[in-house]
Order: sequence, then structure tokens, then C-alpha cells
Amino acid sequence: MLSILHTIWNVFTHAFHRRVTVRYPEEKRPLPPRWRGRIVLTRDPDGAERCVACQLCSVVCPVGCIALQTTQDETGRRYPAFFRINFSRCIFCGFCEEACPTCAIQLTPDYEMAEYTRPALVYEKEDLLIDGTGKYHDYNYYRVAGLAIGGKDKGEAEHEQPPVDVRGLLP
Amino acid sequence: MLELLRQALIIIGVLAVPFLIASGLTWGERRLLALFQDRYGPNRVGPGGVLQVAADMFKILMKEDWTPPFADRPVFVLAPAIIIIATLSSFAVLTFAPGIAVADLNIGLLFFLAMSSMAVYSVVLAGWASNNKYALLGSLRAVGQMLSYEVFMGLSLMGVVIQAGSFSLGTITRAQQHLWFCVPQVVGFVVFTIAGLAETRRIPFDLPEAESELVAGYHTEYSGLKFAMFFLGEYVGITLIAALVTALFLGGWWGPVLPPLVWFLLKTLVVIAFFILVRAALPRLRFDQLMEFGWKLMLPLSLLNLLVTGAVVLWQEGLRF
Ligand code: SF4
Ligand code: SF4
Repeated sequence: MLSILHTIWNVFTHAFHRRVTVRYPEEKRPLPPRWRGRIVLTRDPDGAERCVACQLCSVVCPVGCIALQTTQDETGRRYPAFFRINFSRCIFCGFCEEACPTCAIQLTPDYEMAEYTRPALVYEKEDLLIDGTGKYHDYNYYRVAGLAIGGKDKGEAEHEQPPVDVRGLLP
Repeated sequence: MLELLRQALIIIGVLAVPFLIASGLTWGERRLLALFQDRYGPNRVGPGGVLQVAADMFKILMKEDWTPPFADRPVFVLAPAIIIIATLSSFAVLTFAPGIAVADLNIGLLFFLAMSSMAVYSVVLAGWASNNKYALLGSLRAVGQMLSYEVFMGLSLMGVVIQAGSFSLGTITRAQQHLWFCVPQVVGFVVFTIAGLAETRRIPFDLPEAESELVAGYHTEYSGLKFAMFFLGEYVGITLIAALVTALFLGGWWGPVLPPLVWFLLKTLVVIAFFILVRAALPRLRFDQLMEFGWKLMLPLSLLNLLVTGAVVLWQEGLRF
């Protein structure tokens, strides 16, 4: 009986406590930088597309909401002909970001993606591609990979030695 | 002629004000609950969210008023009307301020008790006519609860009646000019407040509509306007109980400076706020706890109160002669 009165009093004192609600559209909570929100495709420091269209993100996606098609330009760089994410299915698990070998696909702290129609939630490559490097500022896949593309031959990447001629006899 | 006009105005006021308070409560309760729980509650529509009432009303009127094909149609339609009529007609016997009353019956309290028993019918019929097991369970609980709580609700009022020497609510309030009855009748006050909470089926006693076990209890099958009537009936019921607590125990219109009507309204609103506080604070009882609490604690307590009050009053009369 006394505990009931105590409870009522306790709850009453809460009338004078600070309210914990964040009045959302007016005030926003600070989000941590690794928050998993709207997905972007980033570019490398030279401004070229990072995505090499390897399909890994598409494969790992648990809800299968990424669709892309691989092509190559004349220099031998692979890139996606189209890249489509259906955000009405995406569960923002971040698997695609973990799977990506080139740090191209990244999740950002932005959740204000509401739309009036479902088709508007399907983002094409133009909508996804940003001009910056996202979370990884210096990483450039083609600069560290041993792959030869136009303008960069084998052995010219960082920390890479020129290829050894295995048939040659010189040391 | 002027007298007639005045009377008509009072009647309209008595009809309109409880409705206004009740519909305001749909917003006010949520705001107050939020206040007690460190939230904001509905604060978007209009200043502070008051227009939420209008928005809710609009929404509920736009809803389909669906009568399930398996329901007993005439009774199904009748049930929500009964609760409104029963609770609203009790306001007729209340005296809000000197001279402001629809009909200050000399059996006012009995009338109120009878009408609150009538309200049980609404719940029973609603549950029965719905032809739905959850609704029926809800109304079974409602009957059990309200019948047992009505017993000591009436008994707890008898102390007041003995002290004031009348069943008329006007006379009872007039008798509190120097001392509010909540002081000599503190047991009756507490018991009546608890019984009132049970009577309006509010949270520690909301078993008839326990939404976590019975969907929505007796009004599971109701929608649209009929549901709105149950909802409004509940809030009018709260207003009624609060007004009665005010009139019987908190000195009704007596108070300094402000006009009597304002005092009455103010006290009623404070009591309503207290009811909401109780809702914010307490969990729902189990049914056996509810019954035990009613029959083993509240009933003996109110009987004892009646006995002691009667003895003291007799003793005082004895002193006078
Ligand atoms: S965050 Fe998860 S669900 Fe969304 S696209 Fe990436 S892998 Fe798929
Ligand atoms: S975003 Fe990353 S994982 Fe997906 S196709 Fe492009 S490079 Fe591969």
C-alpha cells in the first residue's frame, strides 16, 4: 500500500524532470560517423570512380537489393555500366561496405530518405555517386593494385617492384 | 421567462461542458501522461497540440462504422448509446454552484448510483452483442468488477450522507462550508476515489479492456462513431467521478476569491489530473487481486467508516440534548 503511494509520488516528481524527447525535425541527434544510413559510391582521390564492378556487394547483400552491370573502358578500367540500389529493400546492414574491396560503396549518417512513391526509392548510379572520397581519403585502388591499365603498367604501383623476367638469367 | 431561459442555459451548459472536458481530455490525458513520463505527447497540431482533438475527431468520423455480420445488430447499436446517456444524466443531479443545477434531486446520490449501475449494462450488452470471445470475456470481467466495486462505492458515500443529513448533492456541498468532508471522511474519500477509478475502468482497474490480453475487451468489435462514443463515455465518466469527488469531499464550490463555478471546475480538473497521474504510475491488477482488494479490504473499511461515523454523529446529537 505504501509502495503504491510512493510510486505515485515518484511519478509525480517526474513532471518536473527534463523531458528526454528529441523534437526531431527541429532538433537532431548527433550521429556517429560510422552510422549506417544512405549509401553512396565514392571516388578515389584523383576523382575517378572507385567501383570496379566486381559484384561482391551485390552478392553479399542479404536482401539482394543491389543490381549492377560490369563494363570496361578503353584503358582497361572496369566500372559499372549501371548501379542500382533499391532502398525500399535495403536494411542498412553495411555488409556491402564490408565486402567492397575498393572502399567504393559506403554508408553515410543520413536517414532522411522518405519519399512519397516507392519507385523514388530506387537510386541509380547518378544518385549514388558522390564527388568525394568518403571515409577513406587516400585510398586509390588502381594505385596499389598490380593490375595494368592505361597509363599505368605492371610494376608501377605503390610498393611494387617491376616484374621479374622469370626466363632471364640475370640476378 | 427569464427563469426559463436561465434554466435552459444551465441545461445546455451541463450537456456541453462535460463533452468539452471529455474531448479535451483525449488530448490532455496524453499530454499529462507524457509529462509524467518525461515525454512531450501530441504537440504538433495547433498551439501545444490542442487541435489534436479536432484531428482525432475528424479521423474517427471518417472511419468506416462497421457492424460485424455476426453481431446482434440492435443491441450492438444500443450499447454505446447507453453509456453516454447513463453517465451524462448523472450530471443533472450535480450542483455546480449555488443555484446552478439542472435538478437538485433530494435523492441525487441514489440517482447517481443507479445511473452508474446502468452504465454496466452498456458494457455487458456491448460484449454480448459483439459475439466475440474477447469482448465477452471483457464484459464478464466488467460485470464482476463493477458490481463488487459498486457495493462499497455506495457504502463509502453513506458517511457523507450521515454527516450532511441529506442525499441531495447541493445540501451535501453546502454542509462543507467550514470543513471539507475529505477531512472527517478521509476513509470514505479514499475508498470512493478508488471505487470511482474502478467504476470508470481506468488503469489499475482496466481489466475489462486489458489490451495486452483481451485485444480491446468489450469494444473489440467497435469502430468509427460507436467506438468514439465508448471512448467519450469513458472520459465523461471520469469527469463525472471527478465532479462527484469534488462535490462530496472537496467542498464543491467553496473557496476564496474566485467565483464558485470556477472553483468547482478547478477542483474537478485537479481530480482528473490525479486520475491521470494514477494511470501513469500504477500497473494493472490481476483479477483475483482486484476481487480480494475489493471484498477483503475496501468493503470492511467502508463498513467500519460507516459504523464510526454513525456512532460519532449519534454521540454528538446525544451531547446536544
Ligand atoms: S546495406 Fe545491406 S541491405 Fe543495404 S545494400 Fe548493403 S548489403 Fe544490401
Ligand atoms: S561497390 Fe565495391 S563491391 Fe560493389 S561492385 Fe563496386 S567495387 Fe565491387
